[in-house]
This record gives sequence, C-alpha cells and structure tokens, in this order.
Amino acid sequence: MFAAFMAHAWIVATMVAIVAGAVGFFVVARRAAFAAHALPLGAFPGAAAASLLGVSQLLGLAVFSVLGVVAIARLQRGERREVASALWLALSLALGTLLLGFSGQYVQSIYGLLFGEVLGISRGQLEGVAALGVVALSLLVLFARPLLLESLSGDLAAAAVGRSPRLEWVFLGILALSTAIAVPVVGALLVFSLMVGPASAARAFTDRPWRSLAVSVALAVGTAWAAIALSYLSNWPVGFFVGVLSAACYVAGRLCGRGIVAQAA
Amino acid sequence: MSLVLSVPGFLASEPVRIALAVGGGAALVCAVVGCATVMRRQSFAGHALADVSSAGGSAAYLLAVNPLFGFLGMAAAAAGVMEWADIREARERDLLTGVVLGAGLGLAALLLYFDATVRSVSGAAVTVLFGSMFTIPASIVPLALAVAAVALAASAIIHRPLLVSSLSADLARAQGVRVRAVALTHALALALAVSLSAMTVGAILATALLIGPAAAALRLAKRPVSAAVLAALIGLGATWGGIVLAYESFYWTPGHGWPVSFFIVTLIFCAYLIAGWMAGRPGTRPAAHPSGCEGP
Amino acid sequence: MTDSSMALAVEQVCVALGGRRVLRDVSFCLEAGEFCGLIGSNGSGKTTLLRAILGFVRLEAGRIRLAEQSTGTGLIGYVPQKIALDPGLPLRARDVVALGLDGARLGPALPSRARTARVDEMLQAVGALEFAEQRVGLLSGGQQQRVLVAHALVRRPRLLLLDEPLANLDVRSTAEIVALLRRLSREYGAAVLLSAHDMNPLLPAMDRVVYLANGSAVAGRADEVVRTEVLSSLYGYHVDVVRVHGRVVVVAAEASEQIHAAVAHNPEHTTAVP
Repeated sequence: MFAAFMAHAWIVATMVAIVAGAVGFFVVARRAAFAAHALPLGAFPGAAAASLLGVSQLLGLAVFSVLGVVAIARLQRGERREVASALWLALSLALGTLLLGFSGQYVQSIYGLLFGEVLGISRGQLEGVAALGVVALSLLVLFARPLLLESLSGDLAAAAVGRSPRLEWVFLGILALSTAIAVPVVGALLVFSLMVGPASAARAFTDRPWRSLAVSVALAVGTAWAAIALSYLSNWPVGFFVGVLSAACYVAGRLCGRGIVAQAA
Repeated sequence: MSLVLSVPGFLASEPVRIALAVGGGAALVCAVVGCATVMRRQSFAGHALADVSSAGGSAAYLLAVNPLFGFLGMAAAAAGVMEWADIREARERDLLTGVVLGAGLGLAALLLYFDATVRSVSGAAVTVLFGSMFTIPASIVPLALAVAAVALAASAIIHRPLLVSSLSADLARAQGVRVRAVALTHALALALAVSLSAMTVGAILATALLIGPAAAALRLAKRPVSAAVLAALIGLGATWGGIVLAYESFYWTPGHGWPVSFFIVTLIFCAYLIAGWMAGRPGTRPAAHPSGCEGP
Repeated sequence: MTDSSMALAVEQVCVALGGRRVLRDVSFCLEAGEFCGLIGSNGSGKTTLLRAILGFVRLEAGRIRLAEQSTGTGLIGYVPQKIALDPGLPLRARDVVALGLDGARLGPALPSRARTARVDEMLQAVGALEFAEQRVGLLSGGQQQRVLVAHALVRRPRLLLLDEPLANLDVRSTAEIVALLRRLSREYGAAVLLSAHDMNPLLPAMDRVVYLANGSAVAGRADEVVRTEVLSSLYGYHVDVVRVHGRVVVVAAEASEQIHAAVAHNPEHTTAVP
C-alpha cells in the first residue's frame, strides 16, 4: 500500500483533504451544502471537454468551476439559491453526457470522474493540485474572518435579506478552486462528502471556531487516508469509503454532540 | 432537418412510444410534486433523493430485478430517514441531507463497481446515472403509470394542508393540520416522483425534471393550481420535445444519437430563463409595496 | 362571570421547558369580545403561554379551559410570531384567507360561491380587499398582518391569539392594526389575546392586561396592574411606573435602567407619539 506507485495518491489525497476540510468548515457555517455539491458535479463536463480537446483535465475542471460560480451567483439573484444550484447542476451534467458521448471513452471515464480514481496520478497533476491548493488556502486565510462573521450574524436576517454579494463571490470562488483539485481524486459526486461530513462533526467537539476548523481538517485527512487504505485492501472503489466514512463522522458528531447540536435539542 | 418525413416512423417505433408514455408520466408527476417541493424549499432534498436512488438502480442491476423497484426502494428509504430525523433547524436539515446524499452516492459507487465486476454490466453506470429512455422495457409501463397515479393522488389529497404548512408549521398546527403526517406523505410522493424521473432522464439529472418546470412556473403563476398546471405543461413539452429531438439527432450525426436527457434538460433550462424574462417585464408582477404603508 | 361568556380560563398553569421553569402559577380569564394585552420583555414566557393555550406544549400543572364551542383543535385563531411570507409562494392574499377557512381539509378545494363570499367578507372586514389579488409575499408588513388576521378570524373563532403582531410595524400601521383588532373583537365577539413587549400602543384599546415577568403573571385592568407597587412585587425588586408625555415607562429604580419599556428598542415610538 506504500509502494512507489501509491506515493502520488497519498500526497494528493492529503492535500485535497486539507483543503476540503478547511473549506468544509465554511460550507457548514454558511449552510452551503447544496452549492458545495453542485459546483463539483457541475464541473464534470469540464473534464469531458478537456479530454475531447486534448488539454489538461485540471484546466477543464477549473474553467467549468468558474462558469459554475458565475451561473449560480447570477441565477440566484432574486431567486432561491438551491433552485439556482439545482438548475446549473442539471444543465452542466447534461452537457457532460453530450461531450462524453462525443469523446470515445465513455463508461470508464464517467465512473472515474464521478466516483474518484486515486491511482495513476501523474507528477504534473500533483504539482497542479499543490499550486491551486495553496491559492485556495491563502484566500481562505485572507477572508476567514469576514466569512465567519457573516455566517454568524443572524441566519434569519441573512436568509431574508441576502448576503453581501462580494463575499458570496469570494466564497464560491474558493469552493470552485477546491473543487477543481478534488474532483479527479475523490470524484465529482463525493468531493462534498469530504467537505460536509468532517466539518459538521467538528462542530460537535468544540465550541471555538478555529479549533473546530482544525478538527475538521484533521477528520477530513483521516477520512481520506482511511478511505485509500481500505480501498487498497478491499479493492472496492475509494468513493464508497469516502461517502460512508464521512457519514460516520457526522453520526459520531451527533452522538457525542455538544455545542450547536446540544443547544438545538 | 427531415422532421416531417420521419413522423410516421417516429410513432411506429415501440421504444419511442414507451419513452413518450413513461417520460410523460414522469414529467406530469414531477411538475406537480416539484411545485410543492420548491415552495417548501426542499430542492436540495429532492435532488438528494434522486441522486441516492441511483444506489437502488445499481442494486437492481446487480439483483436483476425491475430497475424501477430499485430506484423506488432507495428513494423511499432515504426520504424516510430524512423525515424521521425530524430536524426543525434549517441548517441541520441541510447538513443531514448532504450526509444522506454522500452516503447514498458512496453506496452507488460500490454497487456500480459490483455491476461492472460481478455482473459484467459495463453500461450500468451510464444507464442509472444518465438514463436511457429508448431502452426502457415495455413491462415497466403499467407499473410506472401506476406509480405516477399514486403520487398524483397523494399530492392532491394533501394539497391544502401542505400549503398551510408551507406558510408556517405553527399556523398549520393551530388549524388542526397533522404537520408531520403531511410532511411524510409529501416526502413519499417526492420519492415516487424522483424515481420515475430517474428512470427517464437518469438519477443525477432527475432534479431537472423536478425543479426546473416548477421553478419556471412559480415565477409566473399567482395561484398554486395554475402553477402546477403551467409546470406540467412545461415539463411535458420539454420531455416530449426532447424525445423528438433525440430521435431526430440520429440523422444529424450518423452513427449515434445525442442523449435524450441532454435535450430535455436544455429545453427545461430555456423555459426557466424565458419565465424569468417574462416575470421581469413590468406589469406581469405587482409592485412590491403599492401603497405607502412603510413609514409614516 | 358566567360560563357562557367565558372565552378562555388559564388556571394556575406551570410549564417547564428543558428543565427550566418558564411559567409559574399563571392564572387569568378572558371573556368574549375582550381585548387583552400580554405584556412582557423578551424571554418572559409570552410565546410559551400562547403555545400552551394552543396545546403545543405540555402543562406541568394547572389547566386551560376554552369556551364550549371552541373545544377541539383548530378553533382558535392564531397569528404566529415573525412569520416571513415568502415572495416565491404563488399565493394571493385571498388564497391565504381561504386556507384559513378549510386549509386542514384533504383534497383540492372545489369552487363554491359561499366560500368566496365568506373570504370576501373577511377581506373587507380587515380592509384587505384592495390587495386581495396580489401575491401575499410582496405585500408590506402591515398588509401581511391584515391578511394573517383575516386568515385567523375567517372561521369565527371565540379566541384569537396574536404573537407580537406589532413587531416590525411602523407607527401608523401599528395604530391601524390595534384599532382593527379592537373593532373586530367586538364585531365578532372574539376574545383577543395579543402579546407585545411595549404596552403603549395598546393602552387605548386594552380591556385587560396580563403582565408577565420571570414566568409569573399579574392580570387585571391596565390601571390596576401597571402600578409601581404591583409591578415591583411581580419583579421582586423595586420598579417605578412613570408616565411621560402620555406614555407609560417602567423603570428599575436602583439602576435607573429601563426594564423593558421599549423606548430603547423602538425609537420611532418615542419620536412619533405626540
């Protein structure tokens, strides 16, 4: 499991998990689970287009993530965010099927893109993931306080009045970046499990925001490592373990829940 | 294009007739259930049920049973879990939906892997996730139409209590509405609607049929009933139009047709944009505060 | 008071939520057609008391009796707190009122002339006829409040409960809604119990006041209850009831800190009332 050909998998999965855990903290705080699901899945035709045009997959994913941000941000004006996310998602997935239909490699690539493929990550991919990951994390550090403040200052008010559009762009942008790097590894369908599960569990273990962020990152990394190890041992798809372990995080958080969960009860 | 020339051949084809019947039923049910879903802000839940139902569809291939049973079983189970948890806080509901969705998709990943390795059904992933309307077996049609009828009947029965509940749960309770029973009935109708939709356009595109026509209609209609009728028209138009275009597309790129789901989703999206444009025009919507009741 | 005119009797009610005693020995009565303010600061138990009357929370002790005709659920008119009507809902003001009439029934509503006539009459009574055909989510706060009152009254309940209906209304709308409720309670013979943190807009209309502090209540006519010695014994420390420019303000003597007279919360009341 620690053979040379697995080295890239471990490194990339760790980087992806760190970013996903950190971004997930804000996804949970801002109640943006649907957007976190729709952006990665909506980026999926980007990979299909990239293979059709013969360019880098990461580039295709990044372009479609950005398109997704623009589409969701524009569609949700005067409309419900969830409707905007749902429609963008459906449209881009439909486009994805069309593009994949044109490029020859239909079934295997669909499966890999949706559910993840940790093996066969090249050196170049690894560098791309590292670069974009650093950018995403730096943006997160820069905007951490406003993003957190906005999610704390009255959910009801925010839901009624709407949030500051500029911060929403920043947030969706960070989400898009982490999407682009995470999709090839854990798959478009399961990126957001890695964001939502560990981060929602982390709220239960501590009341302090930055400690909760750290717990979220740690849980995400643990989930990713365990998923790769189990996948290697059982030969079952890595996405299965990511999904199930993330759900297990949430359940564990609720069972020994403190903080928000206890107050809500 | 040779649309007119191919019409007789189009309707003579058995797969096309099945697609028209099942797709029409799915569009109708999704439009009606979708209106209530969008009004109750449950779009994410509806989407999650559809995605999760893909695990059921994959299991059906593994067990070689009717795929509709697979989609239905899994969607109903997930709807049950989400309603049973009975979380009042919107934030928690959102997260729980996300977690159920993640776990369900993980399961789908595993089952599709087994489909490919154990059963050697290599196309299962594509069929389950993106649908293939022209390969629906004729044996499914009566069952699909029955499911559609049940979902429509359930929606009609809980129509009024559900509307009051969407205004405010407390208001409904004070009026004697059994809020949880109504919510559960709606969740089950939602599960039926998304499984039909998943059969037609595929599990991960099912949301389009559920949310798109409803969201477009809600932008224009003033009353709940007219919203449902308008949504049904949009849904039916997009589905049947999509089938016609997909059939036509065999002539555009000789050798293989374009996916039906692509056309249906694109048509729905166009309808949504047009509805937004029409609602945005002055005169179609009343001004926000016609008489100056804000401030002395 | 005879039993036939009794609309609501709350008798030594205690309620605990999450192990905390929220209401303690609360007792008062309302007669048909009476207009009663339920006054108290945030967290004093107003909403809990209203929910207890609706049967949403379990009583730890005591009992709540309703008028004979209005036993059974659904016959109390209720306007919940801070209800945000969604502009995305395809419901006209008229549809909301119709849902008040038969919203709990199963199956779609069949068109009926009698139903339309009752809805029209109710819309007329609350002065909502002119915006009856508009989307309810797009109406102003005061207009929405009228529609919700019509929704609650359309079945002619003997008791109408309103939870903070005056919050977020401007001065003019506040006065209009209070006058409207006062008139309707006489016309329809319904007892009105209305919670508010500021009693001043209600003073001209109230037949009776229930004043809540720390889960305990005193009830009676406003001039009997809103007095220095009565409220001091309710709060458990000395407060002064002060009348300034026709407004009543309750002030804690020692800290000279306002307990809740809402001047701090609702500045427009102080500036606009003559």
